[in-house]
Amino acid sequence: MTTTVLRRVNYLNVKYGVASWLLTKDHKRIGILYLIVVAIAFLLGGIFAAAVRIELTTPQGDFVSADTYNALFTMHGVAMVFFVLIPAVPAILGNFAMPLMIGAKDVAFPKINLLSWYVFVIGFVFTLAAMVLGGVDTGWTFYTPYSSVYSSSHVLLTGIGVFIAGFSSILTGLNFAVTIHRMRAPGMTWFRLPLFVWALYATALVQILGTPVIAITILMLAVERGLGFGIFDPRLGGDPVLFQHLFWFYSHPAVYIMILPPMGVISEVIACFSRKSVFGYSFVAFSSLAIAVFGFLVWAHHLFVAGISPYSAMIFSFLSFAVAIPSAVKTFNWTATLYRGAIWWRAPILWVFGFLGLFLIGGLTGLFLASLGLDVHLHDTYFVVAHFHYIMVGGAIMGFFAGLHYWWPKMTGKMFSNSMATLAALLVFVGFNLTFFPQFILGYLGMPRRYHVYSPEFQVLNVLSSAGASILGVGYTLVACYLLHSLWKGEAAGANPWRATGLEWKTESPPIPENFAETPIVNEGAYEYSKREVKVA
Amino acid sequence: MPNGLVAHADPHARGHAHHPALQHHFQTLGQQHEAATLGMWIFLVTEVMFFGGLLMAYLLYRVWYPEAWSEGSLELDIVLGGVNTVVLIASSLTMALGVRAAQTGAQRATVRWLLLTMSLGLTFLVIKFFEYKHKWDLNHIPGANFRFEGPHAPQVELFLSLYFGLTGLHALHMVVGFCLLAVIAWMAHRRRFTPEWYTPVELSGLYWHFVDIVWIFLFPLLYLVDRARHFG
Ligand SMILES: [Cu+2]
Repeated sequence: MTTTVLRRVNYLNVKYGVASWLLTKDHKRIGILYLIVVAIAFLLGGIFAAAVRIELTTPQGDFVSADTYNALFTMHGVAMVFFVLIPAVPAILGNFAMPLMIGAKDVAFPKINLLSWYVFVIGFVFTLAAMVLGGVDTGWTFYTPYSSVYSSSHVLLTGIGVFIAGFSSILTGLNFAVTIHRMRAPGMTWFRLPLFVWALYATALVQILGTPVIAITILMLAVERGLGFGIFDPRLGGDPVLFQHLFWFYSHPAVYIMILPPMGVISEVIACFSRKSVFGYSFVAFSSLAIAVFGFLVWAHHLFVAGISPYSAMIFSFLSFAVAIPSAVKTFNWTATLYRGAIWWRAPILWVFGFLGLFLIGGLTGLFLASLGLDVHLHDTYFVVAHFHYIMVGGAIMGFFAGLHYWWPKMTGKMFSNSMATLAALLVFVGFNLTFFPQFILGYLGMPRRYHVYSPEFQVLNVLSSAGASILGVGYTLVACYLLHSLWKGEAAGANPWRATGLEWKTESPPIPENFAETPIVNEGAYEYSKREVKVA
Repeated sequence: MPNGLVAHADPHARGHAHHPALQHHFQTLGQQHEAATLGMWIFLVTEVMFFGGLLMAYLLYRVWYPEAWSEGSLELDIVLGGVNTVVLIASSLTMALGVRAAQTGAQRATVRWLLLTMSLGLTFLVIKFFEYKHKWDLNHIPGANFRFEGPHAPQVELFLSLYFGLTGLHALHMVVGFCLLAVIAWMAHRRRFTPEWYTPVELSGLYWHFVDIVWIFLFPLLYLVDRARHFG
């Protein structure tokens, strides 16, 4: 018998060559394009963080100058917030998986999807140019009047980069909202949608309503700095605190652009690896919308010590407590899903467990900061730094890795090493806690953020933190190694290696260019694990 | 039956010819039209938020500095502003007639109305240019060369910063709209639209009307702050 191996056409091998990638309108390929750029930004942001941690191993400023240090933590923040956290889950995993999950051939506007990647890259190039020329030193928050008048670093160039990248986020949100409304397969009703899709929908709302505000705010800053217009300038009677209001009107909801999509990933992975349908599906779905809406009403908790009225501070404090409720609803529902599930110990669920632990700590310490009295003590200390890293790295990045491991076999058709992935999840979890838990204590003891020298009594905790950061770095590097290795040496994954229920697992791995040979018809909910099979051992 | 790959009639598979404008990832022209329309509305929402940031600054400072706002507003040319308001409202009418013509398949009328809309848009921009030019001559452009006599000069500079910010952004949208209509008019001229499919004409119209409505807000907010007192 002659064995002629038929080359099966999929989205990766349908065409070769750089041009076929740079001109692609396939949402799956665009997801991969985002993955490449975001990985570069993550590496860059990681290098800046490493330099910061090296400096902080000793109380003296002996590794870099104060100005360099200011530039380092600013560029770490800019790279990580605008070029990693914001696009990571929606633009990479959302682009790849969401149209598959709703049974569509593509997003509603494939050309705009590709355009948004180019816009993102152009924004990144501007920001990179600013970094190469010497960086920015305002902090990623660009507070006026320092940023508009006094800073001699590359505020304008960085601002333009962030401004441009913002439009990429807007276009992705617009595209996803329309796709979810108009492109669902027959029978894919709203309450059969996977929770990841609900999370992306809620995220799209935030991207649509919030991002234009940061865009115009940065534009006002640029006009003030570049043309000498007065908008926030106190010399003309302008109000620098207005900048803070406008900045946080976007940048608090932006936290939900970072965390809502990973929350969606968690729902998918928990259901699959505990072989149960998600407990309280509609509560989890609506809590995403609630977070998106209420997230717009809490921004001034960043301004408690900026001289705002005590009455508005009280209201914003109360609302900040209230916005924790939908997050708690999700956490309880995930726990209830795990309860009496047949948990299948594979890499993706380990990242989810990491997420649950770290997000819990990050969320609860957020309540400390939402309390008016306590915030006076903790504001601008390492407590804040630890808190938001628990949410953004412990939550968002852990969730991103959970999703990346979950969909990797679908994206590439290859399995990665489960033992390596287990080790990496463990290293990252341990390294993360060692890095950031000491910072809670440091902040509580009063160590302020954004200084390159500190009192000698803080050294032990800082050395612990830097040691943890090295473990964290090893963990992330390990992920890159075994995932890349799997591309060459990984076993073929097959269409559905996790025996999951979503539509994306009904097509081949990697999927064919048009996603499905025939348009799927849906006639049941997203997580019918119990109906399908006897629980796996 | 689990979620399966049950054949669903695909317009390509069924073999009958489909509309040349139908993109392959949509099932029907209706779905494509609905998606595009929703996309445009969402885009307009982002535009509202975009202008909203500037209007927030306007609102805050107007409450803080009412005298400067009155003083600054009186510096603006109400005649040119008023003429421009009429020009834009007229252009909304011609735009609507253009969409209507596309809907009824009147190709040449579509092109005619679109060209008329574009020329009204251009008229607006020319008038705006002369307004700006006048401000330039008076050194009323905020920045290092700003000159203004009066007790509230710094706050008048704030007002004029927001004036240029808001009207400049609006003018930029007019320029984009002008280019958009040029493309649509060219497409209409090439007979690319039919009564079944004229979505681009309709959506350009939505955009154009939105930009007009922005002006309908900007005109009273900037030109008419405290005029009533000065007419008496
Ligand atoms: Cu916040």
